[in-house]
Amino acid sequence: MAEKNQSKGFWRAAGKRLWENPLAKVCIVILLLYFGLALASALGWVASDWGREVGVSYANPSFMANRDNPQGANSAKVNATVAIDAESRAIDPLAPYYDQIDAGAKQYEATQAPLKWSLPLGGDKWGRDVLAKVIKGGEVSITVGVLAALLAVTIGTALGAIGGYFGRAIGDVLEWFYSIFTAVPYFLLVLAISGALNTRGITTVIVVLGLTGWTGVYRLVRAEYIKQRSREYVEAANAIGASHMRMMFGHILPNVSHLTLVQLSQLVIDFIKAEVVLSFLGFGVPTSSISWGVMINEVMVELILGKWWQLGTVAIVMSTFVVAFGLFTDLLRDALDPKASRR
Amino acid sequence: MSNGTPTMHSDNLLEIDMLRVTFRLGQNERFEALKGVSFNIPRNNVVALVGESGSGKSVSAMAIMDLLPRTNTEIDAHSRLVFEGRDLLQMGERERRQLCGKDISMIFQDAMTSLNPVYKVGDQIVEILRLHKAISRRDAKLRAIELLREVGIPDPEDRIDSFPHQMSGGQQQRVMIAMAIACEPKLLIADEPTTALDVTIQKQIVELLLKLRETHGMSVLFITHDLELVREIADHVVVMYRGEIKEQGSAVQIFSAPADPYTRALLACRPSIDRRPMRLPVVEDFLQGRENDLPKGERSRGVSPADPIVLEVKDLRKTFRMRQGLFGHRDVDAVKAVSFKLAKGKTLGIVGESGSGKTTLGKTLLRLYSCEGGEVMFEGKDLMGLTDKEFQPYKRRLQIIFQNPYASLNPRFTVGDILLEPMRIHGIGANDTERVAMAQALLKRVDMPEGAFHKYPHEFSGGQRQRISIARALTMKPEILVCDESVSALDVSVQAQVLNLLQELQEEFGLSYLFISHDLSVVKYISDEVLVMHHGEMVEYGNADELYRNPQHAYTRKLLSAIPGHRA
Repeated sequence: MAEKNQSKGFWRAAGKRLWENPLAKVCIVILLLYFGLALASALGWVASDWGREVGVSYANPSFMANRDNPQGANSAKVNATVAIDAESRAIDPLAPYYDQIDAGAKQYEATQAPLKWSLPLGGDKWGRDVLAKVIKGGEVSITVGVLAALLAVTIGTALGAIGGYFGRAIGDVLEWFYSIFTAVPYFLLVLAISGALNTRGITTVIVVLGLTGWTGVYRLVRAEYIKQRSREYVEAANAIGASHMRMMFGHILPNVSHLTLVQLSQLVIDFIKAEVVLSFLGFGVPTSSISWGVMINEVMVELILGKWWQLGTVAIVMSTFVVAFGLFTDLLRDALDPKASRR
Repeated sequence: MSNGTPTMHSDNLLEIDMLRVTFRLGQNERFEALKGVSFNIPRNNVVALVGESGSGKSVSAMAIMDLLPRTNTEIDAHSRLVFEGRDLLQMGERERRQLCGKDISMIFQDAMTSLNPVYKVGDQIVEILRLHKAISRRDAKLRAIELLREVGIPDPEDRIDSFPHQMSGGQQQRVMIAMAIACEPKLLIADEPTTALDVTIQKQIVELLLKLRETHGMSVLFITHDLELVREIADHVVVMYRGEIKEQGSAVQIFSAPADPYTRALLACRPSIDRRPMRLPVVEDFLQGRENDLPKGERSRGVSPADPIVLEVKDLRKTFRMRQGLFGHRDVDAVKAVSFKLAKGKTLGIVGESGSGKTTLGKTLLRLYSCEGGEVMFEGKDLMGLTDKEFQPYKRRLQIIFQNPYASLNPRFTVGDILLEPMRIHGIGANDTERVAMAQALLKRVDMPEGAFHKYPHEFSGGQRQRISIARALTMKPEILVCDESVSALDVSVQAQVLNLLQELQEEFGLSYLFISHDLSVVKYISDEVLVMHHGEMVEYGNADELYRNPQHAYTRKLLSAIPGHRA
């Protein structure tokens, strides 16, 4: 009975509706796993050594360790000792240091683990572990997606709220700005903004995506504000003397925030995909760091050699995330608007 | 109640026997909407189904029409709906669809949303005709014109090509009726067909329905919450309360000698035009057997010249600017030169039909709308001449209670937030502890249950939400309260409770009310003075008793004669 008397706010009720759906539970668990891994990688707990050469070139995945790997054999050869005869010893200026070099090589071989012929999910051209790469790449991609989506939603919501609430001249100015902005071809805009920022890095990608992606949110929030501002509860807030800021963000925003939340998660997916495209085209994260997009960019050469595991891994990992996030977004929308989903 | 075994050759068109409908709400939640309802609809008869919201009257109609959602509705296996000797519940889905619209048809409360806005009304009638009858498009169109003429649409040859939005609310309802009678149904179900309409239009629609019953020999199931309307139309009355039938009988019997206390309560708690008790009786008085100890005596009302004036309105004008074409605009006068004086502790009722400008007037006074001329004098200051900043301290003193208690409370705020916000804005109370105490006291004053403070508006009924609105206005200790159709959306019994509360608060705090309503009986009950508006103009203004007894203006007389149950 006490349970029943407990008052349920909108968010708690929506959360309960969401959690009651078994599919949503699966999605949430998957997403938590991804975000957990991204966080662990950001803190340096996992995949911090993704750039190290741990295997031979194109090391086989361990489930097919016995596959032929001529490229790996080639790369391993670099480390083979070359026999030096007395003739070459006579003219080599480094000859006096041979003992020193041999000692260094011995020490290196003692401390350095030998290159592996197989890795859990295989290796890339430089013998880097694909598993570590995909985790580190996930960290970067998810960070880019989430932060860029937050930026876009913030800009879109603020402009949409102002335009929809005040309307008239302010609304017209914003509408014109929006129209001009959307009239510019997307990639031209991306190029222009990244050109203006003139640095390549993760921050640049976030800013570029955020500054170009707010338009959909703006349109939606503006329409919703126009609808809400003539509602009686806003008129009631006006009657009790609430300020414009209070009415805009204290009263109306909580009533449209469920829409922005759905937009946010939709944009996260869009931006993760956009980051892949940008990196593929070379406007994305710099090649010194790794992301899912950079990984996909790398696989072009590998596929000709029949080395499919890097593409396979990144495709499965990324599509699982995108599908889970997309389903979660849909279920979230249903949970936030129970009337729409009821048939 | 009724004889349990319906016979094949009875005079009853439809026999409803032990109808029991349950809705599945959640995994383990169920709601029994109809708890075994039995009544008959005789041929060529009007049966009225009366009850408040949640009584199950609309569910009954939807069960007959097969409109209940199949996914979560359970109709008890022993329920029977015998239409001309055949049980509807045993029929296949296809067969029932054939029957509905042809032999049984229905009209709804809101004609605007029931008509498809993108099709011409003529095409919508033609569609029904061609669905149920083998008839050519040309003949169907001729028949549609005939039908429109029959339901009283002027120039049906032209209006057949109108879109729904080009018609008035009354005309839309007439089109709905034309669609419903297109296939000469044997039973017409009318679900609150006049609730959204003005009184004068309501009268016309009721007369039309009665005329159609005569000419077509059909039966009508008339669903309404308004007992006075039933008095005008019904042969038989069925009174429902929470999924059960409380009483059924002939209209004469129900109105002259109601047997059930609930029926008596419904009849008594609606304010009447010729009585003004000290306090309106409420349903609880009757259900708990207190109906004989109600306070006796009538309240006298009126304003004398000696009463102090708190608000004086002179020549107030409000114009809405509508866009027309690309750059042009057109000015629509919503309020034209309205003047009145509001006396302290008294109520001025403002009546008029929809579009008369009464709500605009109220909102313009509070500066929720801009005004285009005139003065509103309050404490020697013209409120319309102040800047927004100068007006801010006055906002507290002039408050409003809106019509729709479902829309006027922010759904994301708890009741506590709703009450504390105005006090914080206007710096009432020294700190939050004091404010919370004040808010709790006010909630108690408006008879809200304990613990309401931490709940959200959606957890309360319409009447309770309106009490929250009233409490919110009272937190600011206003002097003038504008009640904009504040009780119109409420059930009859709840309406009486809220009206009683408003009356008590007026006496307790010396509030002056501006009571805006389309409901002439309610306005008569609560008002000292009455102002009648028509098309933005003030047509009559005077003491309530005098105005109702001896209306001067033709429009006032027309309004008064349209009140259901009122014999002019």
